[in-house]
Amino acid sequence: MVNEQKKVMMEVKNINLRFGGVIAIQDVSFDIQEGEIRAIIGPNGAGKSSMLNVINGFYHPQEGEIWFRGEKRPSMEPYEVAKTGIARTFQNIALFKGMTTIENVMTGRQLQMNKNFFWQLFRYGPAIEEEVEHRRRCEEIIDFLEINHIRKSPVGSLPYGLQKRVELARALAMEPELLLLDEPMAGMNVEEKQDMSRFIIDVNEEFGTTIALIEHDMAVVMDLADRVVVLDYGKMLADGTPKEVQSNQAVIDAYLGVAH
Amino acid sequence: MQSSDVALDTMPRLLARNVAEFGDSPAYREKDLGIWQTWTWKEASSEVMNLAKGLIDLGIKEGDHVAVIGRNRPYLYWSLLAIQHIGAVPVPLYQDAVAEEMEYILTHCNATFAIVGDQEQVDKIYEISGSLKGFKDIVYVDPKGLRKYDKTKLHDLDSVIKRGENDGGQLTSQLESRITKINGDTTCVLCYTSGTTGKSKGVVQTHKSIIGASMAAVEFDQFNNRDSILSYLPMAWVGDFMISVGLGMAAGGCINCPEGPDTMQPDLREIGPSFFFGPPPLWERLKTSVYIRIEDASPIKKAAFHYFMDTASKVGKDIMEKKPVRIWDRLKYSLGNLIIFGPLKNMLGMSNVRIAYTAGEAISSELFDFYRSLGINLKQLYGQTEASVFLTMQGNDEVYSDTVGKPLKGVELKIADSGEVLYKAPGTFKEYYKNPKATTETKDKDGWVATGDAGYMDDETGQLRIIDRAKDVGKLKSGALFAPKYVENKLKFFPNILEAVLFGDGKENCVAFLNIDLTAVGNWAERNNISYASYQELAANGEVGKILKEHVEAVNMDLAKDSMMSGCQIRRFLVLHKELDPDDGEITRTRKVKRSFVAEKYSDLVSALYSDKTSIATKTEVTYEDGRKGYLEATLGIVDATLYELQQQSENAA
Repeated sequence: MVNEQKKVMMEVKNINLRFGGVIAIQDVSFDIQEGEIRAIIGPNGAGKSSMLNVINGFYHPQEGEIWFRGEKRPSMEPYEVAKTGIARTFQNIALFKGMTTIENVMTGRQLQMNKNFFWQLFRYGPAIEEEVEHRRRCEEIIDFLEINHIRKSPVGSLPYGLQKRVELARALAMEPELLLLDEPMAGMNVEEKQDMSRFIIDVNEEFGTTIALIEHDMAVVMDLADRVVVLDYGKMLADGTPKEVQSNQAVIDAYLGVAH
Repeated sequence: MQSSDVALDTMPRLLARNVAEFGDSPAYREKDLGIWQTWTWKEASSEVMNLAKGLIDLGIKEGDHVAVIGRNRPYLYWSLLAIQHIGAVPVPLYQDAVAEEMEYILTHCNATFAIVGDQEQVDKIYEISGSLKGFKDIVYVDPKGLRKYDKTKLHDLDSVIKRGENDGGQLTSQLESRITKINGDTTCVLCYTSGTTGKSKGVVQTHKSIIGASMAAVEFDQFNNRDSILSYLPMAWVGDFMISVGLGMAAGGCINCPEGPDTMQPDLREIGPSFFFGPPPLWERLKTSVYIRIEDASPIKKAAFHYFMDTASKVGKDIMEKKPVRIWDRLKYSLGNLIIFGPLKNMLGMSNVRIAYTAGEAISSELFDFYRSLGINLKQLYGQTEASVFLTMQGNDEVYSDTVGKPLKGVELKIADSGEVLYKAPGTFKEYYKNPKATTETKDKDGWVATGDAGYMDDETGQLRIIDRAKDVGKLKSGALFAPKYVENKLKFFPNILEAVLFGDGKENCVAFLNIDLTAVGNWAERNNISYASYQELAANGEVGKILKEHVEAVNMDLAKDSMMSGCQIRRFLVLHKELDPDDGEITRTRKVKRSFVAEKYSDLVSALYSDKTSIATKTEVTYEDGRKGYLEATLGIVDATLYELQQQSENAA
């Protein structure tokens, strides 16, 4: 099911990930094409988050290869992966709770702020210029995600749905080429989910960001994703368009449950 | 100020005057990417002219109806002006209206073009485009999310302005000839009423009537080009049109637009406007938020707040109205102003407010006094869409909570035998669009317009006093007066009650539906360790029912003192399991209850209230923001309240 026209951005090949005796991911291969929204779905414990952690360098698989932009990627730490243009959000929000929204979003620019330590220390001259430039970019993202009303609120006091949006803003501030979203809509009500879906599509269309996301809500995935990978007990069950996946018997069994 | 100048009877002439007289003073501000951007009258006018030329180029003809939909932004206010400049008629629509509401208005006025804020509005128009005959193109302000849309019938506002800018002179001469054809009797705006009863009606207003009413208000309160206004109320509401366009243009003041839909409060603080209009619920909410925060403050702050608020409530009003006050109290008030009132006003964004108004609903005297004692000049006005709003206003030193002011210059009032208020005013509307029957029913041959409100002139103050909608006033079985809004307002004065609907016309006694205020009751629940997961759960809580019962009985006791109203005491009530919502058609977008609709929708609950059941199971359809529907099931408890004998006081209080 490889679309000939589109360029493959990332390919994971035969990934095996074990924690001691527990096999988290078993021989999983799929690719992510440039500009698409790729969903990874599956029941609890299927290995979805582990897969994202492998992609962003938090876990190092025992076997398997990751190819990024046509090159095999050596074993990397998360900060090195981030520098290659891969950003992520977390299932359990991982923001700096005591800091304001704008401060949190600015941390997303951290890797790109490279003026001399001394300028930064005194917050003077080139350091200010640099900050203004980055602030502008962050303000654009804040405007884009419609969180300007909470710009100066400490994020710890914000409702859950908004915190999720701030996390997305921080990831976007990195101007990633590939954005990994770990359950961006978990715990949201219908209207919040709808807003979030809108934002994900907008990000994909406006910034051309490639998106890989994990989601439980089948209805959302069907509307949102271009292609879907289904995992269950660490193994790959199916890979294809939402429609194909939906009618796949193995997927239906995994979701509705059959005797194993 | 300029009202002696006869020539100023159209918006183009008014704009030309503003450019000539106040050219370099700020006309519009908007916060963009966190920074306030300012346009002077000169700059704004050139944007309006270029946009007008671009709109001619798009093919908008004279007399065309052009919908304007979106949140308050300078570009949309300029769109209104640009549409007026080319002899077309702007039709502002509520941005949060669902597609079918829009369909009604757009087909009713045969709109040919629409200028909208963002993708959401474009999507809604596309959804209904099948039934719109003669509809041509859409112009949008914010391109977000529209990248992949087909652009043949969709235009970026910037590109339309560019078309006007790059014009070789041909469009300019067309625009000039169109402007010269506009006179005071040309239609200025088509505003749709909120429609408390049935479908909304399109009110046709001419340039002369809009400007006439605005000028009368400008003269009354001495508005000038140094005044600034925060425009945050829906653009489709006639009140916003009259304040942000009418008053703004007539006075030459500055219109400030908030950054986003939820940033009104912080933006208000940053701008510190000199004129502020807020509907009663907003003033209520502000006060509630102040008291909630004081509850959480340290004991010293709390004590200081209450000490100085006592002083303020004793002498604050008199000081503002320049009445004699004892020197000792005056000193105490100044100290309070320094450490409490000043910072509090600053927090509310009211430090510079010279004039503040409220209208639309009754406001409790307690709430009124709270703001006035702080030194905020809160006043009331009365008006309606058909009159270009301004009919009566209260002067700075004659402010009462239960009246709405004296007639403005040029306004004549008279009370019909039925008790209904009639008026003749400079702002009187031309007609209801495509509805001559309704026009003749409302406006008689001599030009007297029926307001639909029952009221009388208060002898003591010489001001108008409104009782209720004339249509809603009825009789109980006993023949006693039934004035639902009067009672509902008394209920709504309690912070815990957000909305109330009273029934009883033709019945033996009255029953009521209540909506709790989630902020106030939620805060109470938090302080009392009552956990709840949803509005529904909190509303069904027995302790909440007890509190509301106390409120209802307090109102009953109050009513018992009034020989005319004592029949309206509430015998039984229930707390609704959902908030009344404009998306479900239960209240209008300006938050007025659609009484008959609610009675019909919840007829099972009304009949249960009139039976002797103590609870009732019900299932209600709800509409989500995007128009999808769902169901809500609940079992509601019915509470009996004590009734009081006329004139008999507190003897049998529960």
